Amino acid sequence: MLEIEIDGKKVQVAQGSTVMDAANKLGTHIPHFCYHKKLSIAANCRMCLVEVEKMPKAVPACATPVVADMKVSTQSDRALKAQKSVMEFLLINHPLDCPICDQGGECQLQDLAVGYGASGSRYQEEKRVVFNKNLGPLINTDMTRCIHCSRCVRFGQEISGIMELGIANRGEHSEVMAFVDRSVDSELSGNAIDLCPVGALTSKPFRFAARTWEMSRRKSVSPHDSLGSNLVVQVKHDEVKRVLPLENEEINECWLSDKDRFSYEGLRSADRLTEPQIKHGGEWHKVDWQTALDYIVRSLKDIKTDFGAEQIAALVSPHSTIEEMYLAQKLVRGLGSDNIDMRLRQSDFSLDGKRAGAPWLGMPVANLSTLDATLVVGSFLRKDHPLMAQRLRQAVRRGGKLARVNVTSDDWLIPLVAQSVVAPAQLVAELAAVLAALAAKLNVSVSSECAEIVGSAIQSEAAQAVAEVLLTGEKRAVLLGNLAAQHPNAASIHILSAEIARLASASFGILGEAAGSVGGYLTKAVPTIGLNARQMVESPRKAYILLGVEPALDCADGAVAKAALAQAGTVIHIGSFVGDAAEYADVMLPSAPFTETSGSFVNTEGRLQSFNAVVKPLGETRPAWKVLRVLGNLFALDGFDFESSDAVRDEVLAGDFSARLSNVVSGVVPKADAEPTGLQRITDIGIYSTDPLARRSPPLQKTRDAAAPRARLNPATLAQFGIEAGSDVTVSSSQSRIQLRSQADMSVPQGCVRVSGAHASTVALGAMFGELSVERT
Amino acid sequence: MLSIESLRLIDREIAKYPTDQKQSAVMGALRIAQQEMHWLSSETIEEVASYLGMPVMAAYEVASFYNMYDLKPVGQHKITVCTNLPCALSGGVEAAEYVKQKLGIGFNETTADGKFTLKEGECMGACGDAPVMLHNNHKMCARMTCAQIDSLIEDLSK
Amino acid sequence: MSETKVILADLDGERTWRMADYVKRGGYEALKKIIADKTTPDEIIGLLKTSNLRGRGGAGFPTGLKWSFMPKAYVGPKYVVCNSDEGEPGTFKDRDILRYNPHAVIEGMIIAGYAMGCVAGYNYIHGEIFAEYQRFEEALEEARAAGLLGQRILGSEFSFDLFAHHGYGAYVCGEETGLLESLEGKKGQPRFKPPFPASFGLYGKPTTINNTETFAVVPFILRMGGEAFLALGKPNNGGTKIFSVSGHVNRPGNYEVRLGTPFAELLEMAGGMRGGRKLKAVIPGGSSAPVLPASIIMDTTMDYDAIAKAGSMLGSGAVIVMDESTCMVKALERLSYFYFEESCGQCTPCREGTGWMYRMMHRIENGQGRADDLALLDNVAENIMGRTICALGDAAAMPVRGFLKHYRDEFAYHIEHKRCLVPVELQREGSRIYVAQD
Repeated sequence: MLEIEIDGKKVQVAQGSTVMDAANKLGTHIPHFCYHKKLSIAANCRMCLVEVEKMPKAVPACATPVVADMKVSTQSDRALKAQKSVMEFLLINHPLDCPICDQGGECQLQDLAVGYGASGSRYQEEKRVVFNKNLGPLINTDMTRCIHCSRCVRFGQEISGIMELGIANRGEHSEVMAFVDRSVDSELSGNAIDLCPVGALTSKPFRFAARTWEMSRRKSVSPHDSLGSNLVVQVKHDEVKRVLPLENEEINECWLSDKDRFSYEGLRSADRLTEPQIKHGGEWHKVDWQTALDYIVRSLKDIKTDFGAEQIAALVSPHSTIEEMYLAQKLVRGLGSDNIDMRLRQSDFSLDGKRAGAPWLGMPVANLSTLDATLVVGSFLRKDHPLMAQRLRQAVRRGGKLARVNVTSDDWLIPLVAQSVVAPAQLVAELAAVLAALAAKLNVSVSSECAEIVGSAIQSEAAQAVAEVLLTGEKRAVLLGNLAAQHPNAASIHILSAEIARLASASFGILGEAAGSVGGYLTKAVPTIGLNARQMVESPRKAYILLGVEPALDCADGAVAKAALAQAGTVIHIGSFVGDAAEYADVMLPSAPFTETSGSFVNTEGRLQSFNAVVKPLGETRPAWKVLRVLGNLFALDGFDFESSDAVRDEVLAGDFSARLSNVVSGVVPKADAEPTGLQRITDIGIYSTDPLARRSPPLQKTRDAAAPRARLNPATLAQFGIEAGSDVTVSSSQSRIQLRSQADMSVPQGCVRVSGAHASTVALGAMFGELSVERT
Repeated sequence: MLSIESLRLIDREIAKYPTDQKQSAVMGALRIAQQEMHWLSSETIEEVASYLGMPVMAAYEVASFYNMYDLKPVGQHKITVCTNLPCALSGGVEAAEYVKQKLGIGFNETTADGKFTLKEGECMGACGDAPVMLHNNHKMCARMTCAQIDSLIEDLSK
Repeated sequence: MSETKVILADLDGERTWRMADYVKRGGYEALKKIIADKTTPDEIIGLLKTSNLRGRGGAGFPTGLKWSFMPKAYVGPKYVVCNSDEGEPGTFKDRDILRYNPHAVIEGMIIAGYAMGCVAGYNYIHGEIFAEYQRFEEALEEARAAGLLGQRILGSEFSFDLFAHHGYGAYVCGEETGLLESLEGKKGQPRFKPPFPASFGLYGKPTTINNTETFAVVPFILRMGGEAFLALGKPNNGGTKIFSVSGHVNRPGNYEVRLGTPFAELLEMAGGMRGGRKLKAVIPGGSSAPVLPASIIMDTTMDYDAIAKAGSMLGSGAVIVMDESTCMVKALERLSYFYFEESCGQCTPCREGTGWMYRMMHRIENGQGRADDLALLDNVAENIMGRTICALGDAAAMPVRGFLKHYRDEFAYHIEHKRCLVPVELQREGSRIYVAQD
């Protein structure tokens, strides 16, 4: 540690720190634009010039390393003169359009100009004009306002991992742009808006919607992925106008994924369900809550009486709060059924009853950023976990090594040291090969469960290289992605990966599919003796309760789910949107999206985060936890006397529940998959197709990530079938056939076809895994 | 698409730098590409970027930063005249005026027949030989009197 | 009163750039000797220190001292880089060196590689001189074929390779860290220092960058000895220096003279003033150096210390001579345009300030000047100085301040009368196409 002095105040900082670091530690504000704690140092705006004793010129605080006994003045004449002249230079070509600028009121340039700017301008020449760019549906540009701080460019290079924006030309003609008017397609792109210190990059969906000072700011938690990003939801006239990150260094840092940031645009979708409705004679009728609830009580009682409670099934969205899930399972069990599940896209449930606890990340999220060696298994990492991918990217930037065993080699924008990319049915065998290689390198034996499969493993160079990675560094982890959880042989993947982690002395974790995935286990929104999500649709029931679920899109086999609903006597749809429920449901209850209810999520690291409603429920919408509570009362069930969602939460998750998190399983022997004959389907869930709210956000649906699914095949496979890339093809499953545009994709292994799920155009194909055939149309 | 010959030349540039620093060859690669294609279209820049395994925006930054890359089509003969002070003191501006008059175009313009484009240049490091001009970036024409300009343009017009 | 040629000696033939010719002139003897004698790096650096060789690119930093900054114990590659990105208006000496004596640069760089333990070197050559770039590539092939480059040079333990990198039109790459960025395949935007190239240079490795003329003279210093070289110049200003004389003289060209030669003698070597007109002003060290009026420069000797004392800089040794036909307003307008055009745009004061200064100069030159413009111009220049990442900001500001300091009346006249103080006919006379007859 060194001691330096800033404006007469002494502070101790580590060697290698900058003057800015020292000032931050002291709480001394030094004006700046290009400096950002999460980005590399550019020292280009020159706003942070300060005076340092014995230095002939003012120096930028952001880039000047501290030396012992340095004396810095941030307010001396020389420092102020430098800062004021820089401010003048910044303003000479900046438009005077603050009254119509969306950044007005939250603009660093505006704020600092008040302190460091002159009242009039000495600049009498013509101001520069820069043409605006179309960067896609999320970011609006007004490039004349740009002050060239390069934060947005560095963000791309360093954080999102893709340099979509650059500064072209030079001198005064420099301008931030994307290559020939391309859009910015990164799933983290919205952060560039936050980083822009002026109004050059602003939110397109939010454009002209409100002034920052007119909105109230309310804390919330993202309902989308398993990270549970902290949000600031900005509200005006009881309407959500914008979502920004609430900084939490341990979770989302200062970032948000675009999904978390822009999904709110779906809240006011025309498809919102705002009144209870009952289908009568094929027609939907708006009814009051009492009528709707009475109808439900009657129908379920009838079915229970006529067919037995086991004919009642509940499918719960994994994006539900713990309060919703807890009450849902309490209701279903109160009715005498154990058919409840929130693991809608899973197809292998053979670990049920063998788990020691709720599957979770196995470590704090923040630790991802400092891992030395990581193996990710079965994941569309970048799209499924944008910010956790970002943390792994930082780990690699720090020198960590990343390897994967996966079914596609799609670009994670992270340099990989090793990878093994195989068809889904080979995934288990490949993991066995990695485990065998690791055991051989360490000269240890594998567990008895794994011994047989490892014994028959076929070695590959790739598997050796992957194993090698796990022998490096000190902080190691093996992480399972969504595909690993959804795989038809998920149990074997889990056991082999856990064994790899054990041998490598690595942490073992599950990245987690959704905001409620951990909560679903903790609240027992999973069956103990009853039917799981797959069985509930494969063995059709008489009555279904759907909580926030659109089964055709949210289940592992949407076609089978649809068929099950079609034959049911009663389908109760509790959700925020109508969707296809109008076809299959008998009663629809409008439940609150996350912005209109209080509730809690337990994120993948096991962190409980509660939030309040930020706006009033729209129309007759009610928080789902209240609806379920009233239903419990109407069924005269015990234990439904909750006054608040907090009370529900405290009942299910009182005290420290960390002991209930565990990835340990026992008593299952991994088994190899059979060698398939046809093309194997690989299914990803589009980043903006994951859940009903994301699916209804117009700006997100306009992004490239939301483009209609294609049949993506390796060029070699295309050639083998005589299909020209880009032509229309017929894709058939055992259930049906659909038309899709084909696409050559080197990242897809040979003998496979990648077709995205959770999309209306591909539901008919059925299961996420299995065999498909592809023919020229 | 760049020719095999150009790609070979680019490979020679790549070989000058450490194996993990292929991006160092981007300036040479863009120069070679421009020599073949006569100007740098977005497609050409993209091809160069992907050949070197670098982000296309990074290649575009380079192409747009250095003066001698042409991001728009230019005439068959691009003539760049230095008008900077040392040249101007020995008639650089007068020489440029003479070329303008002779070709009937101004700076940054191309003759109707697409033969000549005229550009104003900055210091070429040959001030002792003023007036100086560059023909198609690579050929320096020094001590350009009116008679020299006449014969240059006559030669190029053939 | 004549030239004292070292680098430019015996370069009258047609093929002086060929290796065989260079060897005949004693070329590569210095390199062969240090390899045969196993001369230690410290001895070579000590010799350079004795010679008082100062960097010929512009800053005049002592070369021996610079080489001694390279970390000796560093594990991993170190680089030596030659700055042949000669784009400072008025400077054209490096082009002649590359044209007529490229092997001197190559030998100097190999010796530098030897003295600093570098694995490779790059010569960054100005974009506009493609022919010289190609010639340098050929010279490298000759050296490589002769076993002077590559693995185990001349059978020794020393391995070193050298490559040419061609620029493509950006003055700012003459700034050493802008040059490094460019060499890495990026925009030539200078880096903030510290860290300095000696610790974080090319590809983040320790790197030493010197000017072409500096490297070219190294073999000669090794041959003649440090004291002898120092004696060619004057204390603290060792050796000879090539001056590029341009503008209103009868014989513009490069003149290699002893440091400390009176300006008047240099002017005479360049054939004296053109057309018998009177000397008005001289920019003694490239366009970035403050201008000096005739009265001052005629009493000054050409060396680092004397020019600094006179209020300017020796810089790259580019001597721009202006006679009485020169309108100082127009001259400064052109220079201001140059810096505006060449600013890399990275940091605020330079990006915004160069455009501001040029636009004001353009107005004044075009009869749109305002009474308070000169004070504002001076103040804008002052506000740029010392606040930018690299020296280009200062380079843009110094001419403005220099011109205003010595020729304020001429600027004021322009603003007041909306025309030049120098009669237009005289100006026209002075800016005619002029080519010296050999």
